[in-house]
Amino acid sequence: MPIGVKVLKRPTQQTSYLRATLKGMALTFSHLLRPKVTMQYPEEKSSKDWTLSSRWRGTHRMLTDEQGRAKCVACGLCPQICPANCIKLVPGEDEEGNRYPLIYEIDEFRCVFCGYCQEVCPEEAIHVGVHYENSEYTRDRFVYDLERLSAQTHPVSTLWDPSDPKGE
Amino acid sequence: MTFFILSSAIKVFVVFNLIMVGVALLTLLERRVCAWMQDRLGPNRVGPQGIFQPAADGLKNFLKEETSPAMADKALFTLAPIVSFVPALLTFAVIPFASPLPTRWGVVPMVVADLPVGFLYILAISSLGVYGIVLAGWSSNNKYALLGGLRASAQMISYEIALGMSTVAVLLLAGNVTLSQVIAQQQQSLWFVLPLTIAFLIFFISALAETNRLPFDLPEAEGELIAGYHTEYSAMKFSMFYIAEYSNMVTASALMATLFFGGWDIPFTTWDSAGEPTVLKTIVTLLAFGAKTFFFIFTYIWVRWTLPRFRYDQLMALGWKVLLPLALLYIAVLAVAIWFVRVQIGWAYGPGMALVLFGLNVALLVPLVWWLDRGRLVSGSMPQETT
Repeated sequence: MPIGVKVLKRPTQQTSYLRATLKGMALTFSHLLRPKVTMQYPEEKSSKDWTLSSRWRGTHRMLTDEQGRAKCVACGLCPQICPANCIKLVPGEDEEGNRYPLIYEIDEFRCVFCGYCQEVCPEEAIHVGVHYENSEYTRDRFVYDLERLSAQTHPVSTLWDPSDPKGE
Repeated sequence: MTFFILSSAIKVFVVFNLIMVGVALLTLLERRVCAWMQDRLGPNRVGPQGIFQPAADGLKNFLKEETSPAMADKALFTLAPIVSFVPALLTFAVIPFASPLPTRWGVVPMVVADLPVGFLYILAISSLGVYGIVLAGWSSNNKYALLGGLRASAQMISYEIALGMSTVAVLLLAGNVTLSQVIAQQQQSLWFVLPLTIAFLIFFISALAETNRLPFDLPEAEGELIAGYHTEYSAMKFSMFYIAEYSNMVTASALMATLFFGGWDIPFTTWDSAGEPTVLKTIVTLLAFGAKTFFFIFTYIWVRWTLPRFRYDQLMALGWKVLLPLALLYIAVLAVAIWFVRVQIGWAYGPGMALVLFGLNVALLVPLVWWLDRGRLVSGSMPQETT
């Protein structure tokens, strides 16, 4: 050998191609009969090993009060805190002096799903949702207006683990 | 004569279609078995359990664009898939797949052409397949394709020798190259896998290399050669290479069943070969043959999804330094043994002779396995050990 490489002598059971082959064949055959881990997505959306976390932050949902009006009071905190600047809010006021959103739009393409809007909302009106099936045929369908946000029915995110709120 | 021509034409048609359907289902089986071995489900969307997946794949391949590389040799580029495809299907012609079928006009042997040179025909035709691969590699004008073609030619020629040598043992014992006679010999007593165990092992390994299947699929070796010889092929031309590979696999499996496992013979009974041929016998023996062939096809797939690919020098070392000398030595030993049993003791082939030869095989197998088990046999340019 040109350079001094030390080659260690290994025991026979490690160098035998024959034994390794047979062992491998036995292993693959045993896997052939084992239960499969595949989750068949459109039919099964969760299995006993995996469900979507309740802390999942997906597309938004606006909660409504008993009369079906959005809980939002147009305070302007969510567009203020939004790091992606994806919330468009034009506040309005009725004759009794109650503020409400004239326009409330979220551009889901710009949204980074940080969940700050839900955290900052004093009325617990805007929420990020536990939802991920958002396909649309056109890009402009991804700007969700107030009506659409209020019509969403999927569960809302808990943002933190209820049993461990500080993440300790 | 008219009956012969008509029955042959029908057999050609039926066998051709059976192989094409079989190959199609085989691609599905390959993917599903692979998936199961990896704890997945595999394609199960098109039809019940994905049974129509091959049809969908075929349709896709028909509709895809036929690309043709600008610098390719057009004529050879088109010829290559054909040269690869045709011999792959031709080889099945001499393999008997069931007991003779009685019809109103006469008894039809269930083999497309029961050639007297049967086995030699298979060796001759199957070695033509390498031309398709080499031509594909050369005409693509692509360095990866060329390397794949070169590898394929070297590999297939090397292993063809070991393959041929291992079958010489069968011919020594059967004294005949007609495959229907080889099967008849095995029906009379024990299958040839017992007296010729080592020949079977050599044949099995060489057949893996001949059909370019893992662990010997160096011509394709996607890690280093993209896809090897069929890198530049698309659509139906690619599909033809694919079908050729799988029909080679079917033929090799059928050949293993025929030469070593009694072909369409059903073990432990003489019902299938003795007496008048009936339709029921034909069907049952066809199933027996199918089951044996399927077993080897499954083993092919099983090996593929278990073993990693050899390095090229390891492949060559295994072929030339292990399998070929082993096959030659085995022929010499076996020829002496057969001569001794047949001429000196005076037995014809029967259970006694088979068991004596089986004993000899076991006696040879013990040192062989011990020798193989030491490892480093296929390590090729392994550095010398220093202490």
